[in-house]
Amino acid sequence: MKPRIDDETIEYIGILAKLELSPEEREQAKGDMGRMLDYIGKLEELDTAGIEPVSHVFTVENVFREDVVTNGDMRGDILKNAPEEKDGMFVVPKTFD
Amino acid sequence: MGKQYETVIGLEVHVELATETKIFCGCSTAFGGQPNTHTCPVCTGMPGALPVLNRQVLEYAVAVGLALNCSITRYCKFDRKNYFYPDNPQNYQISQLYLPICRGGSVEIETGEGRKSIGIHEIHMEEDAGKLIHDQWEDCSLVDYNRSGVPLLEIVSEPDMGSAEEVIAYLEKLRTILRYLGVSDCKLQEGSMRADVNLSVREAGTEGLGTRTEMKNLNSFRAISRAIRGERERQISLLEEGKEVVQETRRWDDIREESYAMRSKEDARDYRYFPDPDLVPVAISEDWLEEIRRRQPEFRTEKMARYKKEYPIPDYDIEIITASKHMADLFEETTALCGQPKKVSNWLMGETLRLLKERGMEPEDICVSPEHLAGLIRLIDEKAVNSTAAKEIFEAMFDRDVDPEQYAEEKGLKMVSDEGALRRAAEEVVAANPKSVEDYRKGREKAIGFLVGQTMKAMKGRADPGAVNRVLKELLSKK
Repeated sequence: MKPRIDDETIEYIGILAKLELSPEEREQAKGDMGRMLDYIGKLEELDTAGIEPVSHVFTVENVFREDVVTNGDMRGDILKNAPEEKDGMFVVPKTFD
Repeated sequence: MGKQYETVIGLEVHVELATETKIFCGCSTAFGGQPNTHTCPVCTGMPGALPVLNRQVLEYAVAVGLALNCSITRYCKFDRKNYFYPDNPQNYQISQLYLPICRGGSVEIETGEGRKSIGIHEIHMEEDAGKLIHDQWEDCSLVDYNRSGVPLLEIVSEPDMGSAEEVIAYLEKLRTILRYLGVSDCKLQEGSMRADVNLSVREAGTEGLGTRTEMKNLNSFRAISRAIRGERERQISLLEEGKEVVQETRRWDDIREESYAMRSKEDARDYRYFPDPDLVPVAISEDWLEEIRRRQPEFRTEKMARYKKEYPIPDYDIEIITASKHMADLFEETTALCGQPKKVSNWLMGETLRLLKERGMEPEDICVSPEHLAGLIRLIDEKAVNSTAAKEIFEAMFDRDVDPEQYAEEKGLKMVSDEGALRRAAEEVVAANPKSVEDYRKGREKAIGFLVGQTMKAMKGRADPGAVNRVLKELLSKK
């Protein structure tokens, strides 16, 4: 049986996820992801013909906020999540457009 | 004889909506706050934070869709567009792919070539990203998330435009409609309206589409025109040399007047969209849609027709005044206060346009209040100020909306209504200029002009020229 995740796919997923995997990790990920797909694949055994796809398990619609400012300045707390800060901003590696 | 080419252009226009708060959280959208002071766990993408849709964003999107003749998606959803970039703290942007709020509209434009209908492919709601600032001193970038989560509408046109002129006409029309709706201030320079240009060329008369490029960083109509001409030439040269146009995103450099390919990010353009599980679907009832439709404002075409019926002002004035909702409001409100449409129109068409041009401003920037403009017109009617003083007062009103009455008082611009003072000044001028008096009496009527000027000067300009004339004639007729 053809493996569900081939080398090319794992390479591509690695690029998308910005992950560098060692050859061992790559093999392990291939196995893990293949098993996940097998598990989810069980669902394919169901007959879903004529059933509308849903993106939610609840039948809830139209949850809104009114357009009123409710948040004050919480920069101090927000910046606690920054690995590094400067001039009230998050510091990140040099990034160009 | 070389081949003839035609240009095919479609636009993706992003507009920042003029809501008080962000699209999914209660943070302020005010521009210019200290970095990261308008942020919270939702718009900085903290784990477990829950976005909730701002009702106003949805209503604005529907209003725009109706104004652009779109069909409204009565059951719509949000999707996640996944990509890694530091301006995007969630690692996905919440947008709409599968069920955008509006589809299939059109906008009528008019150029030197005549009228044309430009198709709207779709309109979707999404969130803006943060702002990256490149540190001058250290090898790092800094991120301000105040703009992260500011609501955007992306209006995607069909590739229906064929020239820079049509593109500008389309953008101007779009901007007028959006400003009439009051959903955005649409300032290209400040980034509240951004246009990405998708352009390809093909041999004239052929049907298929050539490979297109996408051009970014266009922040003025002028830059857009130049970028379109530049990109058309670049693509034609490539084809003429037997090379191929590469599908890529290019960034326009308006100073060097050329574009360059943006460094293609290493990953493929695979955004792995999927429905956002944090946000519930939106269902728009017929009643709700009707309510939004009922609240639509009077748009420019209807306003022009009404002005033609209601106000005795030239069609040309109507055209200019209604081009800006803000100017039209100023016109109507001032006219309601003073009841003199022609005079109001004259101030708008004359001094206002002159100052806008001189200051490089747009009609939307006019800060003169209707009360003050009506006040100035009253001062002139009452002959409390003359026309030179009125222009000086207006300029101060234009710059900082001063109260004309108070300003005239402070600057000593009010006319001296004291007939005695005027008479004394006139008598002195007559006595000091026997030559001109002589000339006038010999029948050279023009000589009075000099005497009027001298009297006005003696009065420091604060006299009514009509009154000066009258008093002088009276004095000169006496021997």
